Amino acid sequence: MDWISPRKLKRLGMLNMNRRNVDYIARYNDRSSYPLVDNKLKTRLVVREYGVTTPKLLQVVRQQHEISHFRQIVEGMPGFAIKPAKGSGGKGITVVTGRENEDYVKASGARVGVSVLERHLTNILAGLYSLAGSPDVAIVESLVQSSPDLARYSHQGVPDIRIVVFQGYPVMAMLRLATTDSDGKANLHQGAVGVGLDIGTGKSLNAVQFNRPATLHPDTGLPLDNIHIDAWEQMLEMASRCYEATGLGYMGVDLVVDANEGPLLLELNARPGLAIQMANGRGLLPRLKNIESLKRPHFSPMERVRYAMSTFAASEGNLQP
Amino acid sequence: MSKPSRIPFYGFVLLLIAAGIAVATWRHMALGTPWLTGEQRPVWMIEARLDFDGLGESAMASLHIPEQPPGFRILTEQAASPGYGFSIVEESGTRRAEWTKREVSGPQTLYFKAQFVPDDSSMEHRPDTEPQPRTEFWEEPEATAVDELLARARDRSSTPESMTRELIRLMQPDSSVQNTTLLVSEGNYLTLLVRMLNHAGIAARTADALRLEDARRRQQLVPFLQIYNGDRWLTFNPRTGEQGVPENLLLWRQGSESLLDVVGGDNSRVSFSMMRQTVPALQLATLEASSNGLGVLGFYQLPIEEQSMFRMLLLLPLGALIVAFMRIVIGIRTSGTFMPVLIAIAFVQTTLVPGLIAFLSVVAIGLLLRGYLSSLNLLLVSRISALIILVIFITAGLSIIGYQMGFNTGMTVTFFPMVIIAWTIERMSILWEEEGAREVLVQGSGSLFVAICAYLVMSAPLAGHLTFNFPELHLVVLGLILLMGQYTGYKLSELHRFTPMKAYD
Repeated sequence: MDWISPRKLKRLGMLNMNRRNVDYIARYNDRSSYPLVDNKLKTRLVVREYGVTTPKLLQVVRQQHEISHFRQIVEGMPGFAIKPAKGSGGKGITVVTGRENEDYVKASGARVGVSVLERHLTNILAGLYSLAGSPDVAIVESLVQSSPDLARYSHQGVPDIRIVVFQGYPVMAMLRLATTDSDGKANLHQGAVGVGLDIGTGKSLNAVQFNRPATLHPDTGLPLDNIHIDAWEQMLEMASRCYEATGLGYMGVDLVVDANEGPLLLELNARPGLAIQMANGRGLLPRLKNIESLKRPHFSPMERVRYAMSTFAASEGNLQP
Repeated sequence: MSKPSRIPFYGFVLLLIAAGIAVATWRHMALGTPWLTGEQRPVWMIEARLDFDGLGESAMASLHIPEQPPGFRILTEQAASPGYGFSIVEESGTRRAEWTKREVSGPQTLYFKAQFVPDDSSMEHRPDTEPQPRTEFWEEPEATAVDELLARARDRSSTPESMTRELIRLMQPDSSVQNTTLLVSEGNYLTLLVRMLNHAGIAARTADALRLEDARRRQQLVPFLQIYNGDRWLTFNPRTGEQGVPENLLLWRQGSESLLDVVGGDNSRVSFSMMRQTVPALQLATLEASSNGLGVLGFYQLPIEEQSMFRMLLLLPLGALIVAFMRIVIGIRTSGTFMPVLIAIAFVQTTLVPGLIAFLSVVAIGLLLRGYLSSLNLLLVSRISALIILVIFITAGLSIIGYQMGFNTGMTVTFFPMVIIAWTIERMSILWEEEGAREVLVQGSGSLFVAICAYLVMSAPLAGHLTFNFPELHLVVLGLILLMGQYTGYKLSELHRFTPMKAYD
């Protein structure tokens, strides 16, 4: 077993779980705002008013009997995603990318019959994937058509971008690429590759998979060190606007880039994970403290993004709080 | 947003911990509840034996019994007397044990047993009414002799105590006082002394005491002299004039005239046997608690059934402390936050190895059956319900098979909380489908590890002793858990998780 000394971690400014929970989530995230992010249906409604776009909604399954309509609605769709509204950590999300005769093809390439998908909807309604097992609602969304220059890095599924937003300032970002290990999902703990992104430019920094450094994508074999995200400032601004929409001081914003519609919000997370620090190769703490020590916070999302881009850019070197 | 001050919080936690320790110390001092298990305290077991011959009519025997002898506390009292009605009567400030029977003939033996605990703090309370010296009448020539003796004693003394000492000295046969020989005759010495002191204006009386020596039988009471000095009764050895009650002296009778009254019998005698016993200090504290105001704060007065329930319940905070430590400081992942504590509680009842085998086999069989259930395409609630029934079948099956094979330990399976096990199986099974067998193994073994740690702590005799007998110590546990809730340092597991960061240092 390899160990790193706590002093070294402190020097790197690594945020740990206890500190994140006590000093950031508990202090900056109001409990009453949680339902906004824990329920994807509510998230959609609230961010729309702030000009944040989301993937097209095909169907909301609230009752068991509504499952019978599911077959007709997805009949003509090339691809769609089934999500539990209150799911967490990517649990219960099934992505269907196409059809083959009567069967549906999942992102992983596995073929399933419609009855399997209907059972999945039943499970979602019963609350199998929701926090605390309460009854839930299933959302059926149209599949995001990833822009080709990004999609080629991802083995299956859509690469998404996680941006940690602290008091409206985007402080750290990473690109998450699905792998065979992650079954087409972009969750790091399920085996997706995390690529740290420079806040200043949107260019890739480092990459990790399963908490270990990676230089090539394990499935596609493409190098991960020269990725560049287009419309970077627009994405940061979108993430920043979610702060006004929800009031959550410390959150993770998950975005995707659609080939036709541009950046779309996938979901918000009130308890973003810590692995983003490893993908970036630097700790969150100095940046969080920098924002905390601001005497005059910026009021518009655009100003905040400009400040973050100039302050947290990788070329600035090691940032001191 | 500014950081709220943590000082009130830490003050509160400190207060909790200090209060817990202070109350525990107070309990230890006042009730004598020992800190450790197995501490022993001496106790004197004294048995009074009454013998008399019945006259063929109804009989009543009445024995004076001590109420609050100086230097001792009474722990238990009991009478052994088949066929007799027995009660303890209190009248005019004295306690008497009374045996009654309708028809008594032939030699009778009655026993009265009491346990006394040496206790230096035990003092006599003041009499309600000030004792007054009796008026004594003397005939000549004693009157002159008494007056002369008293005058001499008074000359050489200043207080009732010194007067008594002087008088005793003058009354000794070897003192060269003529009048002594005139007054003292065989057998009346002590009553004479009492009469003379009363005559001199000092309230005086006799008392009977027992010399405590281990394993003595057929002991008789030794008479002592007591005078009232205006504040309390003082005890004197009537032969030597020595004042006070030695440590090994138990005043059996004081303040009442007769030791033993028997109506309807003759030839009555009383003798004493005694034995020095050692009693666990805890048992002593438990027995005394009922008579002590502090006992209200403990569990000893509850019915035994509730007591044993609390014994288990009070172990839970320790388990919670272990879980909090393991999750916050060490960073072990468990499936279900407090599932490990519930499993540990079950282990306490089954003991570790049989419990572990039973638990693992139930969960393993349950996982297999759950695999079949998942292919049935059921709603969640009915799937869990079906799983609960299956878990009960499994435990019943294991118990019966275990019993038939001669392992009584198989029966212990029933201690596991069925619903919790069913949920555990369900979670594990979903975890398996979604994250793979590795995560099941990590969380499963994490839960088991925490459960075993919690079990080891909870099953320690000292833990059970302290949590049950010093319930206030839970304030300390609460304080520690609150403190841990403020821990913002790195978890041990994070020191491993973040090792790749070495490259960027």
